[in-house]
Amino acid sequence: MTPSLITANALLEGDVIYLTAQGSWARTIADAEVFTDEAVAEERLFSVNPSEAVGAYLMPVSLTDGAPAPLHFREAFRATGPSNRFHGKQSEAF
Amino acid sequence: MYQYADFDRAFIAARNAQFRAQVARRISGELSEDEFKPLRLMNGVYLQLHAYMLRVAIPYGTLNSAQMGVLADLAETYDKGYGHFTTRQNIQYNWPKLGDIPDMLDDLARVGLHAIQTSGNTIRNVTADHFAGAAADELADPRPIAELIRQWSTDHPEFQFLPRKFKVAVTGSPNDRAVTAAHDIGLRIVARDGALGYQVLVGGGLGRTPMIGKVIKDFLPEADLLPYLEAVVSVWNTLGRRDNKYKARIKITVHEHGLAEISRLVEERFALIRPTFSGVDQTLLADIRAQFAPPAFRAAPLVAYDAAYAADPVFRAWADTNLARHKRADHAIVTISLKAHGETPGDATVAQMRLLADLAARFGYDALRISHEQNVILPHVARADLPTLHAALKAQGLATANIGLLSDIIACPGMDYCALATARSIPVAQDLAQHFDALKLEHDIGPLKLKISGCINACGHHHVGHIGILGLDRAGVENYQITLGGDHGTDLALGGRTGPGFSYDEIVPAIERILRCYLALRESREETFREAFHRLGLAPFKAALYEPPAPAKELIHAAE
Repeated sequence: MTPSLITANALLEGDVIYLTAQGSWARTIADAEVFTDEAVAEERLFSVNPSEAVGAYLMPVSLTDGAPAPLHFREAFRATGPSNRFHGKQSEAF
Repeated sequence: MYQYADFDRAFIAARNAQFRAQVARRISGELSEDEFKPLRLMNGVYLQLHAYMLRVAIPYGTLNSAQMGVLADLAETYDKGYGHFTTRQNIQYNWPKLGDIPDMLDDLARVGLHAIQTSGNTIRNVTADHFAGAAADELADPRPIAELIRQWSTDHPEFQFLPRKFKVAVTGSPNDRAVTAAHDIGLRIVARDGALGYQVLVGGGLGRTPMIGKVIKDFLPEADLLPYLEAVVSVWNTLGRRDNKYKARIKITVHEHGLAEISRLVEERFALIRPTFSGVDQTLLADIRAQFAPPAFRAAPLVAYDAAYAADPVFRAWADTNLARHKRADHAIVTISLKAHGETPGDATVAQMRLLADLAARFGYDALRISHEQNVILPHVARADLPTLHAALKAQGLATANIGLLSDIIACPGMDYCALATARSIPVAQDLAQHFDALKLEHDIGPLKLKISGCINACGHHHVGHIGILGLDRAGVENYQITLGGDHGTDLALGGRTGPGFSYDEIVPAIERILRCYLALRESREETFREAFHRLGLAPFKAALYEPPAPAKELIHAAE
């Protein structure tokens, strides 16, 4: 499969989150667990706790030296924030 | 304007308390997202790309200064210092947290505002001419009937789970500024034999299958309006396609069954339910109408206005573009542009909203309007006060003189915010405005409606722009289709596609080619882009768009 990670929106804040290898949710894509095995990815997606995350799905990424980056421009905007204002992830320090 | 009665206040308070409990149950995990989603949508709460979004209704676009003040307070307290006025006369907050939304709704309720039925498959916020009650060309103020429709449709038990959303727009002027023919139902106030009534259009809409509304009733007496509307919605509620959301809107129902059959079914239903309307609605309407009585206009000499117009070219340029004819000669309708070159169309900061509230209170009989074109209107300002008003607007970056010109662009939030979007629209609008401002071509080009949507749902009304731009995702890359020849006025027209789309980097130069073609081919400065397009047709613009002139080097070589 294309390397993928699991992303969703946080229930309380509504912002973009990524599932980590520890099973917690991170605010940055760099902390996400990358899946290359479809069965493992689907199993992890199925076990996402719906009380923390809304609308979880698998998101394909490219890997450069092991670091994931969005393949689609929609995910690039989700990972950074809007392009008309310096708001969202691009303005926040994690 | 309409003042909430005890009934309205109690209704909103009860609804807000109900939603507060629903949010608490969602946060505690008692409600799943599948269970919560329809509940939050009924209360204007979306989950977008980066955050939740709260859409607040501004019924028929009418606000007073206290309400605008609270909209500013919400932007400051719960959001990031601004709000976004939409193409349906609503305001959207892009960054609220779920737990804060019940408090936001309570703050809104204190000034008679709410977010009910701003989303979901219900009858949505009723929109109206933004110059209502002020325009010189108006037959009657459309807002009283819009308010009556709001009261009738809010929480209407039969219409809470419609096949899809349902939008109603009303105009009281023969010059349609409310795009009524692009609505599920469009109402136009008309006169016949000395009485006012309604021409009813049905089945209009933009989106993936754009259609122009068809006249289903040429003249409907006022007392028949609510039962007739109820009959139309009820027929559609029965026939509307629930198997396919893309075929669920009434435009498809009318298209599939034919106007004659829909009309027959509506008349049948109308005959059945008309007797159940006892006349209470007409009593209510009379009460509502009394609340929309015009303000006590003060007579004001024009000396100060005339002097500023003669002496200050900046004021003059603004007055020439941003003022419209008021029914009184000593007053004007002021459109305040939320389209400063390079800014996001429709965005207003906290400071700007507070200034607008203050100016409405000082100079505008406490009245404000939001237009579907994403601007703010002070509908009644004495011309004598305009120089002072203009100076105050200038200080907050609100005096851009571009109404009706190229940079007065409608643009949906697009992929910068919207979860449905397939491409960005805001930066395209920003780039176009800055590009033509730098070229100093905007005033030379003259009246132009440029409208941009970031997906096929067409919130940016691109089909009815003189130039429309539709942003799509083509194999993972933003691609922009151009339509030409649309118009949003009384004789609504849908634009036609020029051909293949353009990439994000190509779209501004492409629009420039179209407009340079217009400048080269127009008969005079008086011939607008729209008129020139009608005279010339698509061909020369298509050629300019897809067959750029040969590079200069080749021309020189050919000359040799």
